[in-house]
Amino acid sequence: MRFSVTVFPGSNCDHDCEYVIRDVMGQKVEMVWHKETDLRNPDCVVVPGGFSYGDYLRTGAIARFSPVMKSVADFAAKGGLVVGICNGFQILCEAGMLPGVLIRNKSLQFICKNVYIKVEQTDTPFTNACKPGQVLKIPIAHGEGNYFIDAEGLKKLKDNRQIVVRYCDPEGQVTPESNPNGSLDAIAGVCNEKRNVFGLMPHPDRSGEDVLGSHDGQVIWKSILAAKAGVA
Amino acid sequence: MTSSIMDVEITPQVIKEHGLKPDEYDRICKILGRKPNITELGLYSVMWSEHCGYKHSRALLKTLPTKGPKVLQGPGENAGIMDIGEGWAVAFKVESHNHPSAIEPYQGAATGVGGILRDIFTMGARPVANLNSLRFGPLSDPKVKRLFAGVVRGIADYGNCMGIPTIAGEVVFDESYTENCLVNAMSVGLVRHEHIIKGRASGLNNPVIYIGATTGRDGIHGATFASTEITDESTEKRSAVQVADPFMEKLLMEATLELIHNDLLVGIQDMGAAGLTCSTCEMASRGGAGIEIDVAKVPQREKGMTPYEILLSESQERMLLVAKPGCEQKVHDVLAKWDLHAATIGFVTDTGRMVVKENGKVVADVPADSLTEAPIYHPAKSEPAILKKHRDFDETSVPDCKNPGEILEKLLSDPTIASKRWVYRQYDHMVRSNTLVRPGSDAGVLRVKGTSLGLAMTIDGLGSYCALDPYEGAKIVVAEAARNIACSGAEPIGMTDCLNFGSPEKPEVYYYFDRVISGLGDACRAFNIPITGGNVSLYNENPSGAIDPTPIVGMMGLFSDVNTAVTQWFKDDGDPIYLLGDIGGTIGGSRYLQVTHGKKTGRCPHLDLEAEHRLHQVLKAMADAKFLQSAHDCSDGGFAVALAECCFTGLTHEEAARGAKVSLPGKGRFDGRLFGEAQSRVVVSCKPAMGAQLEAMAKKFGVPCEKIGQVGGKELAVGNEMKVSIDKLADLFFTSIEKQMA
Repeated sequence: MRFSVTVFPGSNCDHDCEYVIRDVMGQKVEMVWHKETDLRNPDCVVVPGGFSYGDYLRTGAIARFSPVMKSVADFAAKGGLVVGICNGFQILCEAGMLPGVLIRNKSLQFICKNVYIKVEQTDTPFTNACKPGQVLKIPIAHGEGNYFIDAEGLKKLKDNRQIVVRYCDPEGQVTPESNPNGSLDAIAGVCNEKRNVFGLMPHPDRSGEDVLGSHDGQVIWKSILAAKAGVA
Repeated sequence: MTSSIMDVEITPQVIKEHGLKPDEYDRICKILGRKPNITELGLYSVMWSEHCGYKHSRALLKTLPTKGPKVLQGPGENAGIMDIGEGWAVAFKVESHNHPSAIEPYQGAATGVGGILRDIFTMGARPVANLNSLRFGPLSDPKVKRLFAGVVRGIADYGNCMGIPTIAGEVVFDESYTENCLVNAMSVGLVRHEHIIKGRASGLNNPVIYIGATTGRDGIHGATFASTEITDESTEKRSAVQVADPFMEKLLMEATLELIHNDLLVGIQDMGAAGLTCSTCEMASRGGAGIEIDVAKVPQREKGMTPYEILLSESQERMLLVAKPGCEQKVHDVLAKWDLHAATIGFVTDTGRMVVKENGKVVADVPADSLTEAPIYHPAKSEPAILKKHRDFDETSVPDCKNPGEILEKLLSDPTIASKRWVYRQYDHMVRSNTLVRPGSDAGVLRVKGTSLGLAMTIDGLGSYCALDPYEGAKIVVAEAARNIACSGAEPIGMTDCLNFGSPEKPEVYYYFDRVISGLGDACRAFNIPITGGNVSLYNENPSGAIDPTPIVGMMGLFSDVNTAVTQWFKDDGDPIYLLGDIGGTIGGSRYLQVTHGKKTGRCPHLDLEAEHRLHQVLKAMADAKFLQSAHDCSDGGFAVALAECCFTGLTHEEAARGAKVSLPGKGRFDGRLFGEAQSRVVVSCKPAMGAQLEAMAKKFGVPCEKIGQVGGKELAVGNEMKVSIDKLADLFFTSIEKQMA
């Protein structure tokens, strides 16, 4: 399967995405500089984490104007798979490709640690290899991962089953203590209505191998591979 | 040029304001054969500051061991480099940013990280890890809380934005640092041998190119400021602190590595302390060449800047490079890709002089070497009377403890010993997906992708020991850092040091400095560990006195097979627990004596260098043989704290906390054996079937080894005297700082 990873000035998880896709999952990966418009015919586009444009103005707010983002939007509009991780999620929200916004963590501090997330929806191309309610141990590393959306938007997310993953404890219970950043409804990741664009704050790019503390992130990549194969 | 500046008369007052002594001024006149103008005086002022010129420390630093078969680059470049095999090398260095952080904690600490990162990627190495060592006054002080929070946020924001994991560090809270906090930042990079590049200029007429951020008026005289004591007026020198832009530095790093990897450069150097001045004269001096630049070509942030200001600005995120012939356009193309400023500001000459022009008119013309060769001083030294008092302290005047469980709880809650989770959770310690052992164990461990190699790294300091006995204390700092590496299963291969002291012009301070250097050197020689570079930070004092003499050691460890890495926490119930080394029994210099009795005195523990070296070797051998389930050294808080940490630090890696039941070896004072800080001790555990082999191996290496108990249960029980709930201990340990900072 062919992946393209967008690279913005200030992206810094682009290496992690490249590594996990190519060396752990054994797939083809192209790195696409933000000034380019040719995505190089991918099956899936990954918008990686980092600090695109130094988070200046607002996270993801400048990156969405990069030439490559027009191509990503067109690709998604045609049904192409797009996944945004961490800053990538923020960029997709800023670009209007995903609903909601990500604001400062409730603690007002950057938080880096392993968290647990519960897979709420398995009928997406990004989670089809998960069992319903499966708990994944995946790290977060962000200062602005506090998901917010207005009441109407939240209702829509629920009605359309767009809340894909939520923060939980190791047993899968969604509790106030297990929500690391104050996200509304413990939302860790959402998809669009067409279910072909997915954004999440936790890092499946950093959790593909046991030596790193967890291989649970692999199931996200496996789902994408399965989707391409026509399972989802 | 602004004539008013050029017209400044060089009076004794002007010379003094530049931090130069009258005889230093005379020396400048002799070098030039004339009086310097104000711009030239500025050049000498910054380059002959202690920060850049090491004038009070160079003579002693030269006694330190710097050579070894793995050393590819020793002191004198931006960072030291060591071979780690398979065509890879590791670049690493520690540097202080104490003075700026004391005045402006957020920017001071952030620019400290930025500076050390530039030192690494300037060598052609991609930074892969950051570490830091921080010291503040007691955490109960609101001013300290503000400083601590600001420094941590500054480090976090810079490293996180750059995408470099901060994987290890230490934080100490002690009254000696109340007015002078210490912020030492270390960075580690990986480089292929063929990409190593140095900070030197050569090749007549090769273009000298400036890249990165524009030059502003910030940070002028930062180096000179860092070479004086902190007083109430220091806060007025806030303009000497620079402003950080990690995004700019990220672009600069990627562009620099691209330039180096595309083989476009002769040499490159970052602009850190003393800015354009330092990079220009050092590159010329190292390359045995000269450089001529025109400051009018330097990209400027503000209008009307004088040559003096442009040369002395410490605006961050800038580099100076010398391109290979015919590569100038390619250099500009790479920089354009990254949307960075680049300007050809001069060329290499063969005159050995640093010539500065402004629109073609010469404004400074001095021998480049003369700037990099600051005067060398051999200050007077005398042993402080307090040292004898410490030596003569009578331990029997302190009653033995009767409530060890409560003391253990108190020690684990002590901010110096307690978990630094509040700190490291603000640092991205996982980015680049190489971090195999995250903060929480004795050393951070990284893999080197595409190889079986791994790196272990730690940063340690023991100011309180050095205050009691600078020679022994310095030996212990090196030993403890190397022991942390050995506990992780790696071989300590090299170190970098940052020497934080008060004013060298005071004989008592210089006595400490002299003895510390002896201790560091003797320990490094005993362990065959070369020092590949570092930094000296003097004048860490204020009207009420100097800081504790505080050498900080960054230690690099190497795994040929990173799968042999060991962590400090117990793994399985039923595993036997051993103590390697002798339990000891003195309490002098211990954290216990400080925390429970309010006494910072006594004889600091003695370190037997040979016994310590054997311990490092046996730990490595045991790790290589895969005998070990865990290994953790006894340091602050002694045997009891080490055992407790073995029980619950698995929680840092989402593993279970486990109890243990052990007997207390040795005889004599109960508190000495439980909480004393005798050296060369490590608590290890192994699978039950491995016990006999482990004991045999210890015997073979001549390291004392005693089976003391086994892992299991929910409590830590030591003999019949102490039994404490692990959950309770863990809660105190992990939340102590969080609660105080809430």
